[in-house]
Parts: sequence; structure tokens; C-alpha cells
Amino acid sequence: MSLQLRSITKTFGPIVANDSLSLTIESGEIHGLLGENGAGKSTLAKVLSGFVSPDSGTVELDDEQLKLSSPSAAVSSGIGILHQEPLVFLDFSAVDNMLVGSPRDGNHTKDLAEEHLLKICEQFNFSIDPLIPVQKLSVGERQQLEIARLLWLGARVLILDEPTTAISGSQRENLFQTIRSLAEAGMSVIFVSHKLEEIQEICSRVTVLRQGRIMGTKHLPCPTSDLIDLMFDRELEPQGRKSSDSLGSICLELCGQKVTTHFESGKVDMTFRTGEIVGLAGLEGAGQRDLLRSIAGLDDTVTEGVFFRSRDIGDDSYIHRMQYGFHYLPADRGREGLVDGLTITEHVALASPQRSIATDWKLSREESKKIIDKFSIKGTPESVPASLSGGNQQRLLLGLIPDNPTVLLMEHPTRGLDIESAAWVWKYLMSLTEEGTTILFSSSDFDELMTYCDRIFVFFEGAIIQELASVEATTERLGSLLGGVK
Amino acid sequence: MFVRNDLLFLGLGILVPVCASMLVFLFVDAPPLRATELFFEGAFGSSQRMGDTLMIWVPLLLASSALIITFSAGMWNIGIEGQIIAGAVAASFVAREFEASTPVVLTAMIVAGLIGGMIWGGLAGLLRVRGGVNEIFGGLGLNFVATGLVVYLIMGPWSRRGIASTGGTEPFRPQAWFPTLDGLRVSPLSVLLAIGVLILVLWFLSRTSYGLRLRATGKNPLAASRFGIRTDAYLLLSFLLAGGVAGLAGVTQAAAVYHRLVPSISGGYGFLAILIVLLAGFRGQWILPIALFFAAVSMASFQWQLQLGLHSSLGGVIQGILVLSVLLLSGYRAISYMRKPISEEGDA
Amino acid sequence: MEAATVAIIIASSTPLVFAALGETLTEKSGVVNLSLDGSMLLSAMTGFASAYLSGSVEIGLCVAMFTSATVASVVAFAGIKLRLNQIAVGLVLTYFATKASALFGGDFVRKPGPSIQKMSIPGLEEIPFVGEAVFQQNPLVYLSIVLGFVLFVFMFKTRRGLDLHAIGDRPEAAFSRGINVNLQRYVYTILGGALVGLGGAAFSLDAKMGWSDGHIANYGWIALAIVIFGGWHPLRAMFGCYLFGLIQVSALELQPVLPDLAQVLPIAPFPLMIVALVFINLRVVHSVTDRLGSIGSLIRGRAPSGLGESFWPD
Repeated sequence: MSLQLRSITKTFGPIVANDSLSLTIESGEIHGLLGENGAGKSTLAKVLSGFVSPDSGTVELDDEQLKLSSPSAAVSSGIGILHQEPLVFLDFSAVDNMLVGSPRDGNHTKDLAEEHLLKICEQFNFSIDPLIPVQKLSVGERQQLEIARLLWLGARVLILDEPTTAISGSQRENLFQTIRSLAEAGMSVIFVSHKLEEIQEICSRVTVLRQGRIMGTKHLPCPTSDLIDLMFDRELEPQGRKSSDSLGSICLELCGQKVTTHFESGKVDMTFRTGEIVGLAGLEGAGQRDLLRSIAGLDDTVTEGVFFRSRDIGDDSYIHRMQYGFHYLPADRGREGLVDGLTITEHVALASPQRSIATDWKLSREESKKIIDKFSIKGTPESVPASLSGGNQQRLLLGLIPDNPTVLLMEHPTRGLDIESAAWVWKYLMSLTEEGTTILFSSSDFDELMTYCDRIFVFFEGAIIQELASVEATTERLGSLLGGVK
Repeated sequence: MFVRNDLLFLGLGILVPVCASMLVFLFVDAPPLRATELFFEGAFGSSQRMGDTLMIWVPLLLASSALIITFSAGMWNIGIEGQIIAGAVAASFVAREFEASTPVVLTAMIVAGLIGGMIWGGLAGLLRVRGGVNEIFGGLGLNFVATGLVVYLIMGPWSRRGIASTGGTEPFRPQAWFPTLDGLRVSPLSVLLAIGVLILVLWFLSRTSYGLRLRATGKNPLAASRFGIRTDAYLLLSFLLAGGVAGLAGVTQAAAVYHRLVPSISGGYGFLAILIVLLAGFRGQWILPIALFFAAVSMASFQWQLQLGLHSSLGGVIQGILVLSVLLLSGYRAISYMRKPISEEGDA
Repeated sequence: MEAATVAIIIASSTPLVFAALGETLTEKSGVVNLSLDGSMLLSAMTGFASAYLSGSVEIGLCVAMFTSATVASVVAFAGIKLRLNQIAVGLVLTYFATKASALFGGDFVRKPGPSIQKMSIPGLEEIPFVGEAVFQQNPLVYLSIVLGFVLFVFMFKTRRGLDLHAIGDRPEAAFSRGINVNLQRYVYTILGGALVGLGGAAFSLDAKMGWSDGHIANYGWIALAIVIFGGWHPLRAMFGCYLFGLIQVSALELQPVLPDLAQVLPIAPFPLMIVALVFINLRVVHSVTDRLGSIGSLIRGRAPSGLGESFWPD
């Protein structure tokens, strides 16, 4: 038995997410799909599980062409997917969860579901009470429940999409054990991940994707550096920005502060200097976002021990910290950064600290014209955010930062931007640091991190695992640290 | 392409409700042409009728002005009827207790109505912001309470001497009446007040920094809070202001129309104003003509009743059909635009 | 309390039971039909008018159900297909249906018409207290009680009921399991609308016999409030309806005791019901019920997560 993908192509507008991908996965094999964010592996997983229909290409299971028109069609063809965040119903009991959407025939009754669940639990050493509300199960247990369900519905191919992102270490061990037994029983498993260590640990072969293309398939184990070569461009060599001597006094201090994510926490002891650029490297959800938001004052679970110019600001709110010159730029610019339906001029008025009741719209319009000019935004003062491209939205957000920010907190400053815009953004940010702004930003773009940072903190699973001076950072070093290999 | 489609939908937006109204006329055995003629006669046929149309226009304008504030903040202010009533009650209190010259009494009534409406609106806002209670049901409950309050006052403490009847309280002293011109029932003062308030509200929303922040809160509370806006405070502010403006509608109803407090003082104009604002697509400048048209339809209803023996709710049915068909057409237009391929930036 | 009083409470709450159960079904699927106050009026009118003209109560009930189901289908079409705001559409339909009921019902105001006849249940009516309270009513009352339990079984004990929860709670997950989310939403919205119509007819053909303009105004809003009060659970919604009936009867009993408030008492139950609803929804109260564990979750229900949001697969 084998799963064959023949020239799968999927585009979203101008972006080619999957570029004519062909791949064979044998029965009993655990096959890794490796690549950084945006490499196209999630799209491929969605194509295989019927959530997205490809522009062209076919999928065959045992030489039989499959019609993957919908998720349920994929399941009845024998392909099941386990999502990062399992698509389960929180209010339902475990056994009811198995029943939703299962065929209404004699083989899929509630009693049989319960029987099957208990059998699977015994077989794989799970402990799920069939009647427990799913709400009370951990994410790891919800995954186990989904696996049990997919097996019950006759899945022969199991796709796991970043399955370890939200589960604890012991749950991961359990999951890996389960996957191995499933493969031994003849199942094909596709393991989608960007964690090198896990791929090495569990997979027998791995296919590496980069920018929608297959860069190569390797038998495992193989040297990690080979995988990193396939994953990342290696053209850039480290180039530290400047020596730390030229930096100013200590601007921001964090001590004893916890960086909390939903599953792990760690202690932090960091100082940031005036004019410094610090990169927070890590995969999505590794904790960088939590750190940025807690410094901004948005996350009220983390407050203790934040000092700004030796002054304890731990209890100060987001609005209060804005007055100290803190500024936070979220990753989701359209949803969290800009107010759709308001014009650029209105955004300018919103961001400016005008005190009078009647807004001076003439002034705001002049101001917005200046910003449009200075930041080369393709739009007019009357444009609304929806009509701007991602790059122009980011330029606008930068333009809205009040004068002389002290601490700038940015998520993915150049994500979704073309090369020219990205370079422009960084030129502007560097000019801000000349005037004394401290910049902290999260990114998974190695070029950006190595080119512009004074220091880099690497996050892995909710904790900082390494601090690097920019001269120490190489693509290889960062790649393995991001994957959790020290 | 866009322009042609817009014209098409504009045409449909007029054609569909007109045809539907004609069908309704036929259904109730009324000659459509005669009914149309009566519409113009009934609403604008004489200076008196025109004045009466304006008399309905006033509360509709005020209630719409109130609603556009809460809609801008993204809130469904169903409690508007109660806010109108609260304003009327507060104004009636002043009219009953306060003896002075007309300008002084009227000013005091306007201020009282403003405050009464603000209290009622503020309560709904507090329930929403502090209590987490959906503003639709909070407002609804406050409407019921306000209705109960009016009935209690009219039947109890403020009842007419000798007889307690649901007909209303004793008429106010003439000093508490909005002045009228000879032969007209409408008070020019109330018309000026309504237009002035609408302009003020639109100015507030579009030109001031508070109005801007209020609109930002309504459009995207998350992004608004990133700009340092205290969104809860602005939600509450929207209810306070809307309540105050709605309270003014109560003042004019009590002091310029009925000259006393009656149980149905709000006249359902609050609810009708929701339809007006929906039809205007939340755009303030359209409120003036749409409210005038709705007032005219309501006036015409009386003529249809008198001349053709039709039920007075015919006007309401036509207003409902109009708003419903425009709403459905706008939804249809939106999805037909959406079907066109748009470039998508996927995070693959 | 006497059995006769209980019988009155049950009989007078029956129309609300139908409406609240119907809306519970609709909202459970993720659609809000806010037009209840208008569609109940309209269906009460059409139900009465057609029963009056045909002389048949059964025809009246069917026409009423059809009327309200039609209004509901407009909500469904606008909310699901046109992706319009369901609240806006519901409010406009409320206004339209209220006015239409007055316009087209003009000829039937205060006419004596047919009504549903009492039908005691042999054997059961002999039971002391319960017999008089419950089993000497008309078939519509029995139907409403049976319906409550049927819906309870349907929602919580059947596979289709499971699907209903799924589409209301997490439509994208339900879709991934192969459930046709929007088709089912249409079905439940229209079905729920039909029950609301039955509630309207239960007013005009039984509880408040006959038709006059706006004579059951505000009951639709109360039904909507009871759906929330009942935490989207059919039996608790029924309980809410009977509670409202109890408040109404008590208010009338209080009239001689509080003559000053005689005029206010009949309308007092409406704000009281909303006050009860507001109370259980206050955040402060939430924090208490949250601590009570399973008892707390009995007091306070959870809205279907996908309520009022339209869902479109990519």
C-alpha cells in the first residue's frame, strides 16, 4: 500500500504555495514534511485532507485515484488529519465526539464507539473516560481522541500537522509511541513539523519544502546540517550591526519575569539598552509574542519586575506605558493594528494626542500627506486600510508611531512585505535607533535577525534557550536552535 | 463596471419596494394610483398637513440621531423607546413642578429630558459594559420598566383630579408648551431643535476626536484599544449621549405634541428610527430625507384610513417592505461582489 | 397553591412554551431569529383568520405554522445566503410582521371564532391535584409538554441532535466531519419558525381567544429572553415559561392587595422576567455560578459559540 502524490499545485493569488509536488509515501512509513513557516507544508496537508482543493495534480492510494473534494470525502477515502489544535467539540463527551459525522449505519453506534475507544485506549495506553467532557481533556488527550476516531472511521493514512506545538513533553512521548505502533501496524503516517529534533527522532524519511517546492527527500537519520542546508538559503553570512560599546545606557530591565505560554514558563533576566535592536527568534508560539505583549502591558498575567529607566512600571497599564513612549506593533496588522473603515487621515488623528474637542482635520490631512510621502505609501489621505497592500499597511503603522518612541515592540516587522519594502522598513527602524529607540522584534527570518540585531534571544517551547551576540549567529546555529537542538 | 452595477442596484432598490407596495395596495383592495395621490395630498397637501408631517419628523430625527451614535459604537440600542419615555417623564416633572416664564420652563424641560434620557441610556450602557448583559435585552427590560413607570405615574401620583384614566395626565400649563405658529400644530422650535441636534451629532461623530474614537471603537474594538482608547468608556459614552438625544424626543413629544404625559408617549418612533438608520446605511446625511419620507408615509396612513377605509398600519407595512427589500438587495450586492476573484494573500 | 391555579399557569404559558422551544431549536443551530415578537403576532392573526373563515381549528394551526415558518425562512436566507446581520433582519421583520398583522387582521378584530376544545385524559385526570392541574387541558397544552420532552430527547439523546449541537457550536469542525452546516441551519430555522407560529396560534385560538391589534405584543420578546434564561435547554426553557406564567398569575392576584399598582401589575412580569435574565447574566453572578461547578452550569447555560455568525466553507 502506498500514497502517491502527482504534481500537486496550489496557488493563492500570486503566491504559489505548492509548486508541482510529487511524492510517494510507503505503507508503514513515518514520513516527515519539513520546512519553515510558509514553506507550503500546511497547504499540502490541507490538500491531502480535503480542506483545500488543488489547482492541479492527483492523489492515489493503492493505485486508485482519490476524490478529495471535502474533509469527509478524504476520511472515507482513508486519509485522516490531526490538526495542531484538534477540531473537536468541547461541550461533548469523548464518545459523542467520535460519533459526530460518522456514518449512520450499524457499525457506527454509540456502544460500538465506546467499545472502540476503550480498545484503542488499552492498545495505546491512553486513559480517556468515554463519558468525560472533552473540555476537561488536555490538548494531548484530545489528539488521542481524534486518532481513535480516525482509526474507527477506517483511516489508513494519518497526517499530523505540527502535532507537538501545544502539548507537554510526556504527552509528546506518548504520541510518538502511538505513531510508531500505528506505522508498525502498516499505516502511512505523514508528520508535518518544523522541529528538526522531532523529525530526526520519529521519521524514517523526510521531505524538505522551501517556498512551495520540494528541495529533497532524505533517509533518516542523517546529519542535521544537511536538513538545514535544504531548509534555508545559506548565502548570507553573519554580519553584526555594530559593537555593543556604541550603545547607550540601560533602558529596559526585566527580572524574575515569567514568559508564559499556555504550556510552559521560564524565568527571565534581561536588560536592554538605549538604541539597541534585539531579535526574538523562534517558531510560532514559542513564547516571543508573550514576551512582547507583556512588555507592552497587554498581558496582565505578567507584570512583576519590569523597569523602565530604573523605574518600576510593572503595575502600569498599556495606555500608561504608551505615555512612556512604548509602542507595540502586532503581527495581524489588518485585525489588530488598523481600524478598517477609517481613512489614513482618521488614523493619523486617532494616533495623535490632540487635546481639543474639535479635531483639526486640515492639520491631520496635512500630517497624513506628509506620512504618505515620507513612508512612500501607495494611497491617498482618504484610503482605507483594506485598499492597502501588506507592505503599505506596515508603512502606515510605522508612520503612526508617535515621535521619539522609547521602546518599540514589533511582531514580524517585515512579514508579507516585498524585498524593497522590507529594506525600507529596516532603514527607517535603524534611523529610529540612532535617535535612541530600543527595538525588540520577533521574527523567524534569519536574514533579518542576522543582519539587523545587536543580540538575538532564541525561544523554544515557551522558554529562552540561548542568547546570541549577532556575531555568533549563523544560519546553521539558528536553524538548529529553532528546532530545539542546542 | 462598478458604476453600472451600483446604478442597477439603485434602480432595483427603488423599483422593488414600489412594486411591492403596489401589490399591497391591490391586496387590500385599494386603487394604487389613488393611494399614491393620497400619499402626496395627505403628507404635503396643505400647510397644515405639511406641519403635521414635520411634527412626526421631529421625534424620528431625534431618535435617529440618537441611534446613529450607538450604531457608530457598534451597539444595538433597542432601549431607545425607554430613553424617549424617560426624557418625557423628566420633562413632565419639570412642567408640573416648576412655574416660571416660557423660556425658562422650556429650557429646564429640555435639560431635564436630556438628563432623564441619559440616565436610562446610561443604565443600558452600564449593564452592557460592567454587567456583561447584551444591550438588546438590557434595553428591552428598561423599556418595560419605563412603560410601567409612566403607567404608574399617570394612574397614580400624577393622575388627573377626580378620574384616573390611561388618557394621560392633566395638560401642562401653557408656559410649558412649545410655541406654535398660527394654524399649525407643529412647533418651529422643535423642528429647529431636531435639525440642530442631528447636525450637532453628525459634527460630533465626524469632526471631533471623541467621535473619531467612538467610531474606531465600533469598527474594531481590538485595534482601537491598541491606539490607547478605553473602549469600555466610549461604549458607555455612546449610550449616555444616545440616551440624552432620545430624551429630547421625549421632551418634544410631551411639550410640543401632547402637552401632557400619555402612556404611549414614544409612539413607537424609537423602533421606527432603527429602520430609518438601517435604511440610511448608518450614513448620517441620508437620515434627513429618509426620516421625512417615513414621516410622510405615517401621515399618508391617516389619509388612507380616512379616504379609503384602510387600516392605519398600512404605512408601517410599506416602511417595513422598503427597508427589508433594500437590506436584502444590499446583501445580494455584497455577495455578488465577493464572488469575483480577488487576490488572496494566504499564509501558506 | 391550588390545582386550579396551576392549571391556569400551565394553560396560559403554553403559547410561550411553543415559541421558546422553537427559538431554542433555531438558536441551537447557530441562527438568531429575532423576529419573534412580530412573527407570533402575524401567525396568531393568520391562524385565527383562517380558522374563522374555514371553521377548522386544525387549518388555523397549519396556516399559523406556515406563516411563521415563512418569516423564519427570510431570516435564514438573509443570514445564511446573503450573510446579512441577523439582528438587523430580525428587527426589520419584527416591525414589518407587527404592522402586517394589524393591517391584514383588521376584519377579524374581536370576532368570536373557533377555539380549541378541552380534552381531559381519561384515567389520568382522576389523579388528585395533578389530574386537575395537568390532565384536564386541551390537546395543544399536552402537545407543548410532550414537545418539550421530545426536543430534549432529540437534542441530547440522538445522533441528529448531536449534529445540531455541532453546527451551532463549531461549524467549521462540523463541516470537516461532513455535515452540511448551512442546509441544516435552514431546516432548523424554518422548523423553529413553525413552532413559533404554533405559539402564536395557541394565543389566538386558545389562551387569549380571538384577535385584536397587538394583543400579544411583547410576548415574543419574552420568549426570546426565556431562551437565554433557559440556557438553550428545552426543559429549562419550559420551566422559564411556567415561571413567567406564575409571575403573571401572582401579579393579577396582587391587584386587590395593591390597588395603587393595579394598572402596573399586569405589565410588571415583563420587566421582572428581563431582570431575572439580566441577573443570571451579570458577570458578578457568573463568578459565583462558575464556582458552583455542575450546579452552577445548571443555573447558567452557554450560548452556542457560533450563534449569529454565518459560516461559509472556503
